[in-house]
Amino acid sequence: MELLTNQILAGIATGSIYACMALSVVMIYQAIDHLNFAQGEMATFSAFVAWQLMRWGIPYWPAFILTVTISFAAGVAIERGLFRPLANASILTNVAGFIALFAIVNSVTGMTWDFTIKEFPSPFGSSQFLGSELINSHQAGMIGVTGLLLAFLYCFLGFTKVGLAMRAAVSTPESARLIGINVGWMVALGWGLASSIGAVAGMLIAPVVFLEPNMMGGILVYGFAGAVLGGLSSPAGAVLGGLLVGVFENLIGTYVPGAGNELKLPIALALIILVLRFRPDGLFGRNVVERV
Amino acid sequence: MSDILEVRELRAYYGQVQALHGIDLSLREGSVTTLLGANGAGKTTTLRSICNMIRFTGAIRFDGIELSTRSTEKLVRLGIAHVPQGRGTFTRMTVEENLRLGAISRNDERAVTGDIDRMYAHFPKLKERRSQQAGTLSGGEQQMLAVARALMLRPRLMLLDEPSFGLAPLIVRDLFGILAKINREDKVTIMVVEQNAELALELASDAYVIETGRIVMSGPAAEISNNEDIRKSYLGY
Ligand SMILES: Nc1ncnc2c1ncn2[C@@H]1O[C@H](COP(=O)(O)OP(=O)(O)OP(=O)(O)O)[C@@H](O)[C@H]1O
Ligand SMILES: [Mg+2]
Repeated sequence: MELLTNQILAGIATGSIYACMALSVVMIYQAIDHLNFAQGEMATFSAFVAWQLMRWGIPYWPAFILTVTISFAAGVAIERGLFRPLANASILTNVAGFIALFAIVNSVTGMTWDFTIKEFPSPFGSSQFLGSELINSHQAGMIGVTGLLLAFLYCFLGFTKVGLAMRAAVSTPESARLIGINVGWMVALGWGLASSIGAVAGMLIAPVVFLEPNMMGGILVYGFAGAVLGGLSSPAGAVLGGLLVGVFENLIGTYVPGAGNELKLPIALALIILVLRFRPDGLFGRNVVERV
Repeated sequence: MSDILEVRELRAYYGQVQALHGIDLSLREGSVTTLLGANGAGKTTTLRSICNMIRFTGAIRFDGIELSTRSTEKLVRLGIAHVPQGRGTFTRMTVEENLRLGAISRNDERAVTGDIDRMYAHFPKLKERRSQQAGTLSGGEQQMLAVARALMLRPRLMLLDEPSFGLAPLIVRDLFGILAKINREDKVTIMVVEQNAELALELASDAYVIETGRIVMSGPAAEISNNEDIRKSYLGY
């Protein structure tokens, strides 16, 4: 029983990182209808920025906040500079754009900070959380920070004027313009937020997987899986999907005989495909019947 | 009365295809003007040009301000509300959020809340459904919502593209009654595109008839509805 609780809590901890990545992917998907393959590389880059800031002597939390801010600006800049000009281009052109972004960010990261793995500090330490055997304090920190981030986003999107405008702009751009919303800037804002959320995920997972230019590769796959499982049309669904994937992954690794570390990814993904077989819009995806 | 909107030599294009061939229109401030014509005549295109949503040449002046150099989202802030064909409701948001969105370019938060209550007074059905997703409303309710959302801008000019489309005759009467009231009480200038010519001419003071991208007839609404030849050849009743 304790093993089960332990595995579920640990699953929620890594799942919260998948949830952040899933949420980033969904935010951009809703704004421009494309999947950002480079989301993981952007998050890695952000984690390196934080690492660099700390090397320069800036304490953890100021470096954290500065990194989130820098990532936001970088997300906006990427949208303005690269994807806005591609807005009316074909799907394949956009895919090429994302691949280019992936390759560029990855190699710039590698060139700047080289490919050796680096240690990344955790502000929460790695002792047992409140003396409990179930979860360590960094895992608790990952869950806590993600929870705060989600609460902030929920309030921002649900209860502020800009959040309302942003939701309107991505759901029905034409009508949004007719009520005076600058849709282009709302899309850029979506990129900025997605990039910031990815930065948080990168900084939280870096102490666990160690910092190196390819550290987010596997994590983004789980993030995508979470997004698809939850439903690409639903930010809340993406978060739940990410958490579920984290829990699945751990339970399979623990309880499926012989699954171990190598097989838990394929098994988790197979399970997701099975779910999608019966719910093509994802577990929480909306398939609203709209009147015409 | 002075003209609030002036359209001169308007030619509009979809790619290489020209849809409007030199339209001239004037809207008197405080009036209700109707733009009538068959399917494909260019009514929607005319409204889309006014809001700068399509490529065009010619002059469009609102209150003396040239609109063609302003983006859609900017010219809305001058007080031009457009209820597009097919309503343009934010279907996944609640009724109340839709109303708030209508006022999103305003900066007087306090007054916005008061205006929402006024809309609920105009359209009691919307009040009942305030926290329901707009996509789940009936067609008529959605049309009401679209009009209410446009009014939330406190517009000086309201452009309506076939507001009666798909509505039961009684509901259309209601809606037009409300439009007349809004025009009278709030001094909103209205331009309404309609297929339902008979009813539109009742509501309007001025009328234009458009055919394949050209204005073929214009004048006081009463005159046009009394002229049997025009009615028969252009309006089909
Ligand atoms: N997106 C488009 N691309 C190409 N041509 C278009 C487009 N929209 C409209 N047109 C053409 O422009 C002309 C005018 O269309 P418009 O939509 O303005 O007509 P309308 O008077 O509003 O008709 P309806 O009563 O059917 O709404 C038509 O010939 C139509 O085929
Ligand atoms: Mg039309």
